[in-house]
This record gives sequence, structure tokens and C-alpha cells, in this order.
Amino acid sequence: MSTTLNVVTSQDYKYGFVTDIEADSVAAGLNEEVIRFISAKKGEPDWLLEFRLKAYRHWLTLAEPDWANVHYPRPDFQKIVYYSAPKAKTPKYASMDEVDPELLRTFEKLGVPINEQASLAGVAVDVVFDSVSVTTTYKEKLKTFGIIFCSFSEAVKEHPELIRKYLGSVVPPADNFYAALNSAVFTDGSFVFIPKGVTCPMDLSTYFRINNKDSGQFERTLIVAEEGASVSYLEGCTAPQFDTNQLHAAVVELVALDQASIKYSTVQNWYAGDKNGVGGIFNFVTKRGLCKGKASRISWTQVETGSAITWKYPSCILLGDESIGEFYSVALTNHKQQADTGTKMVHIGKNTKSTIISKGISAGDSSNSYRGLVKVQPRAEGARNFSQCDSMLIGHTCSASTFPYIEVQNRSARVEHEATTSKIGEEQLFYFQQRGIPAEEAISMIINGFCKDVFRELPMEFAVEATKLLSLKLEGSVG
Amino acid sequence: MLSIKNLTASINGTPVLKGIDLDIKAGEIHAIMGPNGSGKSTLGKVLAGHPAYEVTGGEVLFEGRDLFRMAADERARAGLFMGFQHPIEVPGVSNASFLRLAYNKKAEAEGRDELDPLEFDDFIHEKIKLVAMREEFLDRSLNEGFSGGEKKRNEILQMAVLEPKLAILDELDSGLDIDALRVLGDAVNRLQRADRALLIITHFPRILETIQPDYVHVLSGGRILKSAGKELALELEERGYDWVLEASAAGGAR
Repeated sequence: MSTTLNVVTSQDYKYGFVTDIEADSVAAGLNEEVIRFISAKKGEPDWLLEFRLKAYRHWLTLAEPDWANVHYPRPDFQKIVYYSAPKAKTPKYASMDEVDPELLRTFEKLGVPINEQASLAGVAVDVVFDSVSVTTTYKEKLKTFGIIFCSFSEAVKEHPELIRKYLGSVVPPADNFYAALNSAVFTDGSFVFIPKGVTCPMDLSTYFRINNKDSGQFERTLIVAEEGASVSYLEGCTAPQFDTNQLHAAVVELVALDQASIKYSTVQNWYAGDKNGVGGIFNFVTKRGLCKGKASRISWTQVETGSAITWKYPSCILLGDESIGEFYSVALTNHKQQADTGTKMVHIGKNTKSTIISKGISAGDSSNSYRGLVKVQPRAEGARNFSQCDSMLIGHTCSASTFPYIEVQNRSARVEHEATTSKIGEEQLFYFQQRGIPAEEAISMIINGFCKDVFRELPMEFAVEATKLLSLKLEGSVG
Repeated sequence: MLSIKNLTASINGTPVLKGIDLDIKAGEIHAIMGPNGSGKSTLGKVLAGHPAYEVTGGEVLFEGRDLFRMAADERARAGLFMGFQHPIEVPGVSNASFLRLAYNKKAEAEGRDELDPLEFDDFIHEKIKLVAMREEFLDRSLNEGFSGGEKKRNEILQMAVLEPKLAILDELDSGLDIDALRVLGDAVNRLQRADRALLIITHFPRILETIQPDYVHVLSGGRILKSAGKELALELEERGYDWVLEASAAGGAR
């Protein structure tokens, strides 16, 4: 094998630093007392504590799933810290002046705009550090449109009726092992509510950061778009570099009523572990959107580049007639990373449509699987799905797999599935090099071409970021 | 311009080139001909720096520089171009953006101004006329779904964009009909100048009616068996390759 195919993959992880900040943490381990502690710490109403305890008791009866095409040491749930928050004089920061300067510097270093004056025009940000939301920008401005954008804890206090109505309505606590765990111990996250007929005037964004070495991050995101409302939401994440694994088990629920539209974009860059597979985040996430209303639309776009293990299937339940679900994904794995990711499109309503575009890129010794379900239920007259799953291999020690599941119970349905596997091989690189283009730029161009159908779904700034990120992640895998 | 001395090369341990000597001067057109499997495509790939081939001996100087001390992309930026027999397809990468990146890499290496997309657009619209390519091919993905002829047209377009000192054209005529061959042959002739050189690798003499070589070399079994003027191409057309091979074997002449 040429020298070229061994170098483009070993850029250091530049977000791997640890913030030295005093944390208010509960002792490691999980039991009902810990759950009561979290609930009390957040001043939650009784119904929510009951919701948690019920989820916990159910979780105890479940076994960790092992059907995914990933291999890892099972987390010891008694060694995880379930609550960790930067220590503050007051429980909630009244203004940015009260935030520990060390924390502010952390986000500055990460390039996350938490200062409204200095922030990117047109993006409001909720910042979550370990278990708590640090700040949310542009809250007041959004309020004039009737839009609620705040941390989950705050929403529980200020808008309990909305939380009670929608929490668990898309991902019930008993849904799966990690969703049950999250429902029992979730600490913070974001809540978005777009009222009837309102188009959110700016992109909303949450930035997640795991800092504590032993803590897990269990955030909860809930987005509700009422009739005719629309919103574009972005999620970003990083974590410091540790030689142990941290667990990230989030739940994201989206609800779209009649004619509403939610676009959810993620650029996931959790620490992936080192070249030998030591350390890194276990990313076990449940993301699901409910197209509840007629002609509603939910669109997931994800660029997955980080984590040691990724296990996530952002899905759409197409309940409303004529509703539309979309899934655009780029998953890149390198070194010893393992990803098993894809989507579920469940067609229940009439004339529902779904589109799945998945691009998997594997390099190094990594393993990258697409797993997707397209299900057409009996009354989903006229349902249509188009799926395209493409895999690209860089080098010859990585693997790519595709597991498409198609269940059709209505004869009028049209389901199309296309899959390809290609290789960035010597011939392709040689062609570019023969035209004077160095290998690394060649790979970046080939990869961007491969991912074009997904990148064009991302908001502009994210697309630029994603392009850079992929090039960085692959640096050194060709040389 | 190019001086090859006793070049030997192998692929996966099997020797393919067994001692090639060749001198190409500025302004010259050379043709390498030979039966299939003779090693003529290998010669092109070795000169261009294909990673699958191992150079086991000999020396090649390109414009006075040791070619084997330069990476493939460096050779290209220094003015060595290879037109591929089978150009690869790259989905999602537009032909125009690929051409512009290649152009700008060379411009950068030569200290010339790089072209922004608008400037390049004007530049490339002049170039496509030379190869009679339709505009739509600029916006399409690089070689994706191109016919054999369209791919070859695209190779010569790249040559026109990069204006190399030495162009090695590997089986330009394969997959081309008579008319397309004439158009591309004329384009190559128009690109040839006193300070540039061409190395045409071909199995069939037909292409040499349009691109007339100064020298014709017959390559077989990894060696050049015979070198002569362009009249040799005509003789090969009439008599095939066997007589050269037989004469070489009988005379033990090398």
C-alpha cells in the first residue's frame, strides 16, 4: 500500500482540554436517593419526580441492548456521577457577570458565542456544561415573538403545563434501555416552544460540553412547533480528552403540529478516544420526532465525527396525513471508532413521505454501520420512501456495513432503496495528484463531493464547519 | 527535457520495464508503440509517479531534476502531465471546481495569480472551445457518467488548462470515433510548441496520422526494440509488430 493511504487521519483533538472549575457533584452511583437528590436540587414538582422514579424502576428490569454492530466494555452504572454542576454562589446566574470567568474562557476557547454582543448574528445559544445549562442567549428577544427558548430546568419551573403535556410523549420512558436511564436521571437540556404561525427569526442552538471525568451527560431536549410554526435548531458538542470513557445518553423529542416544520441539525464532535481506542465518549442517544399534524415536516441532519462508540437513530413518526420525514447523515469513523447509526421512518398517515440520505465514511481500523427501518403501516395509503445509503472506505483495515429493514403493510406504498460502496483508492488519489493536487486536498475534495447531498441541508455556517471538521478528522489517514 | 537512462521498474515484484533509454527534447513529439502488455502504459505511469510501481534502477531527469525525488503532485506542478487511458469518475466533485483547483495549484507553484471562480469561468469557456466540449460538462461531476469519448475530451481539456511542458498521452485514441479523434488530435497539435514536448503511447498507428511524431519507438517485453522516424508508424500499420519482434530476437540486437 502506498504511503499516501496511511497518513490523512491523526489530527489531535483540539477540544480535549479540561476546565479547572469547582464542581458541585453527587457521589458516583445510582439509586432512588440519587434521583430524589437530582429532583430536589432542581426544585421539581412531585409529578416529575414520579416520572423519574417510574422510569428508574422500569430501567432496573431492562437489559442493556447488544444488537448493535459495536463492541465495547459495558459501562458500570454505579461508577458514573449522575449530577455535576459548576459551583456558583447563586443557583442560577442572574447575569453573565456571575458566571465563573474560567467557564466563560472555556466557551471562548471552544468558539461558542455565549455573549450576545460578541455572538454570531442570528443564532441564539443555550449552553450546557456537564449537568446544567449555563446560559441562554437572546431569550428576551425571542420572547417578543412568543417563542420560549430556555434550559429544561427553567422550563419545568416556568412552563410546567407544556413540559407535562409533551415530556415522554414521543420517547416514552420505557422506550429503551438508555431512554429509561435518561428519563430517570436527566439533568438539563433545552426546551423550545414555537407558538402557532410563528417562524422563528433566528437559528436556535444548544452547545453541550462534558467536563467532569466521571460524569455522564444525560440531557433532555424537547422542541414543540405548533400549527404552522417553523424552527431550525442546531446542536454542537465536545468533551475533554480522558483515558476513560464517559457516557452520553440523551433523549431528544420533537413534536410538529399541523403544517409545522422542525429542522434539527447536529455536528457531533465528542472526544473519540486516541488512536489505540483508549478513552472517548459512548454516545447512546435516542432522538425521535413526531409529525403529529397534517402536512407537518421534521428533518434531521447529522454530521457524526466524534465519540468512541456511536449508537443513534434519529427517527420520524409520520402520524399526520401528508407529513414528511427526512434524514440526512454523514458519519465518519477513524482509528478504532465504531458507529452504528441510521434512522427509522414510520409511516402511519396517508400520503406520508420520507427521504433517507446516509453517507458513511470509514478510515483507519474503524467500523461504520448504517441501520435503518422503513415501516409502512396498513392505513398509510400512498406512502413513499426513498433511501440512499452510500459507504466510502479509506484504506483497507476499516469496515462498512448496511442493515436496511423494510416492512410494508400497505400495497400502495412505494419504497426505494439504493446503496453503494466505494473506496478512495490509489487510482483516485493518483488522478488528483497527477493534476498537481496534494493527497490531503484530494481526499478533502473527494469526501466533500461524497457528502454534498447532506452538507447542502445544513445551515451555512454549520456546513463550513462540517467541511473543515471532516478534513481535520481525516488528516494523517493518507500520506 | 526528459532523459531516461536504463530505467527498470516492477509491480508486485514482477519486472515490467527492463532497461529503457530515451531522450526527449523540447519541441519533439515521440510515439511509443507496441503490442498489448509490452510495458508502454507502465512507462507512462512510472514517469507520472503511480504508487503501485516500484522503480528498481536507472535514472530519469526532467528539466534537469531527478524525477524520482519528486512526489507525483510535485511532478505535475513542475509541468509533467499524463492523459489517462481510463480516467476515474468522482461523484459530487464538479468538473469546473476540480479544473480550477488543479489550475490554481500550478499557478501557486509558479508564483502566478490564482483565479477566483468568476475569472476561471471566463478562462475555461475559452478552453472548452479548443476541445469542442459542451458547457454542461463543466457543471457535471468529474467524469461521472461521461462516455469514453467525453472522458478523453476532458483529459485534453485538462491538458489545455495546465499547459504542461511534457504531456504523456496514454491511448488517447481508445474509445474515440474518427471525428472525435480528429478534434482532439488537432487540439493536441495546437497545444504543442517549441518549448513543449509530447509522448504519445498507443497501440494503433491511426492517431499518428493526426499527431505526427518525430520519433517512433517500438516497446516490447519492457525494452525499446527499435527507434526510427515517423515512417516506422506506417510500416507498423502495414506489417504489424511481429517482424520487429522477430528481427530483434534473430539479431540478438540490443
